[in-house]
Amino acid sequence: MDPQYITPFIKSITNVFSTMLNMPVTINEPSIKTTSSATYDVSGIIGMSGDVIGSVVLSFSTDTAKKLVTAFCGMELAADSADFADAVGELVNMVSGSAKGMFVDKDVSISCPSVVIGPGHQINTRSDTPCISIPCSTQCGDLTIEIAIREADTSSQKAA
Amino acid sequence: MKILLVDDSKTMRSIQKSVLSQLGFTQIEEACDGQDAMSKVGAFQPDLMLVDWNMPIMDGITFVRNVRQNDKTTPIIMVTTESEKSRVIEAIKAGVNNYVVKPFTPDSLSQRITETLTKKAA
Repeated sequence: MDPQYITPFIKSITNVFSTMLNMPVTINEPSIKTTSSATYDVSGIIGMSGDVIGSVVLSFSTDTAKKLVTAFCGMELAADSADFADAVGELVNMVSGSAKGMFVDKDVSISCPSVVIGPGHQINTRSDTPCISIPCSTQCGDLTIEIAIREADTSSQKAA
Repeated sequence: MKILLVDDSKTMRSIQKSVLSQLGFTQIEEACDGQDAMSKVGAFQPDLMLVDWNMPIMDGITFVRNVRQNDKTTPIIMVTTESEKSRVIEAIKAGVNNYVVKPFTPDSLSQRITETLTKKAA
């Protein structure tokens, strides 16, 4: 994957966590994710369309997500509540929206977020797109940002 | 001062509501998408609207265009993750008065609200 699509996510997650949660993020060594199994039990998912297509996932353990949501909302929320999912969705929305704003000369739209909660869930990304997993550490625990995006095939877009 | 908050995220509405409360605004109506906001704007008659862009059912830019067909003056602030210059221009052409990019600090949102209302009053 072109590094020009990775750097924006590193900048955006750092900015979102610093601005909205007043929390620093340590970015660890990225790797290619080869399994569809979710890294942790809570996944916030956003789709991208337009000049760049694919998906972005923020994955947390339930414990880490609960602590982050508490910092974000200023109150503790039950992990099975709609408000908890809403907060996780808004975090991935801000990280993805902020990142795509840094793509150079690309017109990209993002979907409304989806949130999946539960052990052992799977997230299947496009088979033609590698998924880059970036582990992050915070004072609330670890999370990953998983980016499976690529430039849209303009010839197929025109044909469609 | 009546304020209409339009955002599909309850979390973001709560955060913005908290900022508005700190500024002394208490008459706040909430809507979860553009269509919900269209159904409330007539009866509520807001003095200011804070509108998200990406929402299901009816997005924020469509809501702004609909509102501006009949109401050219009520200030609207777009509060969104959409930070591209082209999007900001599109929003201004649609009739948005000010623009706040998420993530934002309470101070930056307060500042935009205050400057928008000051400009309206001038």
